[in-house]
Amino acid sequence: MPASPILMQGNEAVAEGAIAAGARFFAGYPITPSTEIAETLARRMPEVGGSFMQMEDEIASIAAVCGASLAGLKALTATSGPGFSLMQEMIGFAEMAQVPCVIVDVMRGGPSTGLPTEPSQGDVMQARWGTHGEHSVIALVPSSVYECYTLTIEAFNLAEQYRTPVIVLSDALLGHMREAVTLPEPGSLRIAERGTPDCAPEEYDTVMSDLDNILPRPPLGSPFRVHVTGLVYNRRSGAPETGDPEVASDLGRYLREKIYHHRDAIARVEEYEMKDAEVAIFAYGSVARSAKAVVKWARARGVPVGLVRPITLWPFPTLAVDRMAERVRTVIVPEMNIKQMSWEVQAAVAGRAKVVDFGRVDGKLITPPQIEELVKPEFYYHDWEKP
Amino acid sequence: MSALVDEQKLESPPEGDYKLPRIKPHMTSEIVPWLRTPKTIWCPGCSNGTITRALIDAILGLELDPEKVVIVAGIGCSGRIASYLEYSTVHAAHGRALAVATGVKVADPSLDVIVAMGDGDCSAIGGNHFIHAARRNIDLTALIFNNSIYGMTGGQMSPTTHTGDKSTTSIRGNVEAAFDLSELAHAAGATYVARGTAWAYRQLVDVIAGGIAHNGFASVEAMAACPVYYGRFNLTADPAEFLKGQKEHAVPASKFEEGESRLRDQYPVGLLHHSERAEFVASLARVREQAQEAHHG
Repeated sequence: MPASPILMQGNEAVAEGAIAAGARFFAGYPITPSTEIAETLARRMPEVGGSFMQMEDEIASIAAVCGASLAGLKALTATSGPGFSLMQEMIGFAEMAQVPCVIVDVMRGGPSTGLPTEPSQGDVMQARWGTHGEHSVIALVPSSVYECYTLTIEAFNLAEQYRTPVIVLSDALLGHMREAVTLPEPGSLRIAERGTPDCAPEEYDTVMSDLDNILPRPPLGSPFRVHVTGLVYNRRSGAPETGDPEVASDLGRYLREKIYHHRDAIARVEEYEMKDAEVAIFAYGSVARSAKAVVKWARARGVPVGLVRPITLWPFPTLAVDRMAERVRTVIVPEMNIKQMSWEVQAAVAGRAKVVDFGRVDGKLITPPQIEELVKPEFYYHDWEKP
Repeated sequence: MSALVDEQKLESPPEGDYKLPRIKPHMTSEIVPWLRTPKTIWCPGCSNGTITRALIDAILGLELDPEKVVIVAGIGCSGRIASYLEYSTVHAAHGRALAVATGVKVADPSLDVIVAMGDGDCSAIGGNHFIHAARRNIDLTALIFNNSIYGMTGGQMSPTTHTGDKSTTSIRGNVEAAFDLSELAHAAGATYVARGTAWAYRQLVDVIAGGIAHNGFASVEAMAACPVYYGRFNLTADPAEFLKGQKEHAVPASKFEEGESRLRDQYPVGLLHHSERAEFVASLARVREQAQEAHHG
């Protein structure tokens, strides 16, 4: 018998997705509009044998998440803009020290306290570049309650697979929206588990990850006696080594390539009605819902509009954007910020199509009519006038 | 529910019931295998080596399973201890060692987690984590290397620099008051608070061992000589003279009398506070049991 749909909130779906992914540690600090994730996990974590901690601030929350992950648990935190800003320091530590963990940012209007209860997409560049120094990052953007569930699971899978922090960029609209969802059957989704190194403790310093074989790190308190550091370290021994430019370069390039080398495998993009599209709407997160409605309306009138919806925002889905740039004459980028991703799209499109941006920072969702208005007749040919 | 509340109210045992462990110091040949490297970045005359040895002595003396020992350190001179010790080690971010260690301990309560921090690391940038770890009474041992100055960055005043003391950022004398880290820990709820000095090695080993053996949050303040930065600007650049000064300043807690020159000229050493109160990780486990019983039962 198929599971029946249930009414669920985006934040609840994130929390249940985390449990389904095997997360057994949550540390967080109350902040609108993410608080329901903490509230749900405060109730659920103990039920499944996990731990919930309310920390003294967001800095401590991500720090405790790193600690729990290093001790062997899948761990997450959830926050919104101001807390996400505070977490950047330890997100950098997690990047550098290669600590798998998940950070959920339920985006709200900013900067600063901003619009605490209203949605925004203002953190997409902070997700990419928020912490200092050269690094790479994986960020996923759900656009439905169902995806809040499945992408949280996917975030844990990617974190374990690539030994890296993974950011889930939800927003105030998705977080608080309730939808009917039919959750996948338990066991039907892939769950990546953390392995243990396939070698004796005394051999551990002699094996080294490469881009195609990222080895798991043994937990703290094991015979491996690992050393974890935020300093530049020798990739083979793990020992800090700040005096050798070659060691620093090797690590720096590895940390970047670890993600970029696999970007096509990581990238997930929904392409909707793109086969014969002359206008593409590049939209992500909750804005993609409005964009999809516009595509449906336009198609009903014979207007060749398609949707490119990045599910993986970082690494940037260059393959799909390439395909889009080769095909369409115009790309419309509506987003709840001002030009943050449209710059990125423009760079990737590289003049092959016109890029039109539309930003909104008033805390209100971009509506279908607003996007529809951007689809100007000069951007496309009707069927009857195709050259 | 009520069980948890009741245990929070547990009274401290009567004074004098608790005795610090007495650890017999180990031979250098027994200490050396627990060091990853013979080299450190510490200056000549720095006490950090002495405190590191005292920590190894305490771990050996308590016969801890070395595979279950985890050292989490912050950033600064003291933070380097993480890369020198042959245990599972984390060299975390500046000020964040206690918060990282909290996650480690909750995730795996079987671990003996020792958190090495400097005075600025612990009480300036990490001050919030310090008081909240103490408030939770989580079973961690905070080992604070207190040299009254930021050494790694070249001698700036810290929250434990005394009023009037000179540093590169208080060249006309510090106008701020110093924290008494042990009193801070006690006020925040630490159930074991002790202070030792690099001068009195055996006492230092014992107060560290007492902190590790204690089930709850332990704050162990190790008064460290920093002749190169703190000493040169203030007392003396001579390491031996610096340590002799510690001998004069340190007064056994039982004989200590409060006075205006507390901390600067005289400070109590040894076990300062000891009490019993519900430990955080154990309380979490009880919550988990209740929740699972209600959920599955």
